[in-house]
Amino acid sequence: MTKDKIRETVLRALGGVAPEADLSQIKPDLRIRDQLDIDSMDLLNFVIGLHKELKVDIPEADYPRLATLDGCIEYLASLRDLR
Amino acid sequence: MAWGTIVKSKHDWAVEPNLANYEQARRTFSWEDARRELDGLPGGGGINIAHETVDRHINSPLRDHLAIRWLGKNGEVWDYTYGQLRDLTNRFANALQDLRVNKGDRVYVLAGRIPELYIIALGTLKHRSVFCPLFSAFGPEPIRTRLTIGRAKVLVTTQSLYERKVKSLRASLPFLEHIVLIGDDHGFTNVPDTIDYRRLIENTSNSYTIQPTDPEDMALLHFTSGTTGAPKGAMHVHGAVVAHHITAKLALDFHRDDIFWCTADPGWVTGTSYGIIAPLTSGITSIIDEGDFDAERWYGILQSQKITIWYSAPTAIRMLMKAGSDVVRKYDLRSLRFLSSVGEPLNPEAVVWSKEAFGLPFHDNWWQTETGGIMIANFAAMNIRPGSMGRPLPGIDAAIVRMTGDGSVEEIREPDVQGELALRPGWPSMFRAYWDEPERYKKCFAGGFYLTGDLAKRDQDGYFWFIGRKDDVIKTSGHLIGPFEVESILMEHKAVAESGVIGKPDPVALEIVKAFVVLREGYKPSEDLRRALLAFARTRLGAVVAPKEIEFVTSVPRTRSGKIMRRLLKARELGLPEGDISTLEAD
Repeated sequence: MTKDKIRETVLRALGGVAPEADLSQIKPDLRIRDQLDIDSMDLLNFVIGLHKELKVDIPEADYPRLATLDGCIEYLASLRDLR
Repeated sequence: MAWGTIVKSKHDWAVEPNLANYEQARRTFSWEDARRELDGLPGGGGINIAHETVDRHINSPLRDHLAIRWLGKNGEVWDYTYGQLRDLTNRFANALQDLRVNKGDRVYVLAGRIPELYIIALGTLKHRSVFCPLFSAFGPEPIRTRLTIGRAKVLVTTQSLYERKVKSLRASLPFLEHIVLIGDDHGFTNVPDTIDYRRLIENTSNSYTIQPTDPEDMALLHFTSGTTGAPKGAMHVHGAVVAHHITAKLALDFHRDDIFWCTADPGWVTGTSYGIIAPLTSGITSIIDEGDFDAERWYGILQSQKITIWYSAPTAIRMLMKAGSDVVRKYDLRSLRFLSSVGEPLNPEAVVWSKEAFGLPFHDNWWQTETGGIMIANFAAMNIRPGSMGRPLPGIDAAIVRMTGDGSVEEIREPDVQGELALRPGWPSMFRAYWDEPERYKKCFAGGFYLTGDLAKRDQDGYFWFIGRKDDVIKTSGHLIGPFEVESILMEHKAVAESGVIGKPDPVALEIVKAFVVLREGYKPSEDLRRALLAFARTRLGAVVAPKEIEFVTSVPRTRSGKIMRRLLKARELGLPEGDISTLEAD
């Protein structure tokens, strides 16, 4: 899967929990939580959304790597199933 | 019973617990004795929370002791000794004086866990104005409602929160005289029609004398939610500090050298009573973390700050549990000696897991916005029955009651019978009113009891067990959400004819907010419309209050008098028998 595809999927999953957000304005290197109004339940639902779309399991210990958009893409791209 | 009692012995104590003998402490306790653990204002000037938390320590070695260590989300570490805290809170009290803010005027703060918040809270109390915290994740609508109910005179917030959530409301807040802005980087701000926080306090003196404060003078305004109507502002007084102090000593086991971390946000009552006040009255060190929940970050803080007492919440504990015990073992947590939890009932699995993962069990306790402080708790020296909230604190009389039909109540004395949890009023941190709503306040009392709205039972040994809410208030991630507040906003959307909002059981958050929506003629259910409604609600209410799920239905069940039957919605959601609907029509 290309990084562009992953990026698209991540944004779609984010849009699923925070449909009010203007995702085109997200700065990829800043923490998503600092830019969007999302709470910890939204984050869990975001991970569930990623799991549904990409069929990957993301262990809780890896959640910090999903903090930024760039981080999400790097992390997901590193998973063997998505290479 | 599925979950065995966690038995304690002397070998489990790193230090002798303050409450070593429960029965004896209950017999000998008096609030007068508790009051004597504090100083009172010099010259018999009454009692003021800011004096007990800060000023009274200045003539002792605590002056140079670390009062607050703030951990910024970008790795900053800012330390405040009691002496520094005294100077800064004096400056803010003087700033209020300069702004002609008076005793009793409401000073609201809308901010994350930034150091300024703690200074403002205590400076406001010094000046005998009323501190009212707002949760920073609220959307514009909950902010407007709460500012309006309490007639805020001053709002302190950050530049970005102002621009995102407050600026557009300003025309609807004519009573609000001053908006003070804190820079997002803690620097200077320059925004029209606002006052810059840093300039404000840098231009004032660092000396201030607290004026005489009556124990019954109003100090804190905390908003909470009911099933119907607007949020309620629970009013607390300066004398409440006696309860903040003694309940922390007894239920959280504060000792002089403790390093305490309360993870709650001051936007909620726990984050004020135990996140600001109690650790400081006790002269210990309080750790404040600005960051959001993150398992590894939290364990890192427990380790690096050598936390001894940790007060957290079930939702966070369940998330830690999901992350697993292996993560815990990567950290050196030997400083920890007491773990406590509040916000919603801590499930027995989590209690048992914590004992396995940390070698220490979480001690659940129970209280609410109205009680101002911990009422029922599992104590350090007491065996834990996992799933129980514990036993009433010394000085607190709790009972299980049932309605008698003539508007009064009677106590249920037989064990294990469900009823409403009730308390005999009289402890210092009991709320004194709902702001401007005497009728709603009156309704909380019957037969000499304060009725908590929680259903519970008591076992034969006096341990209390939470069953559920008597009303339709939703408990989610430790917050109380009023369904009416959510329904009202959904109804403002042009596509919505009716809505009913419930708490849907959730394994992590206890409940999540779920909305059932009936569409107006001409609108058809669709994924796009569902997303549009979700976006609308989130923009107006903020992520913590807005629904997490929206479902389209063709009708919302109502009583003959037109009240939404949320319990029936919930029964349907859970696939439970709908039962005798007439019993659901009670208020």
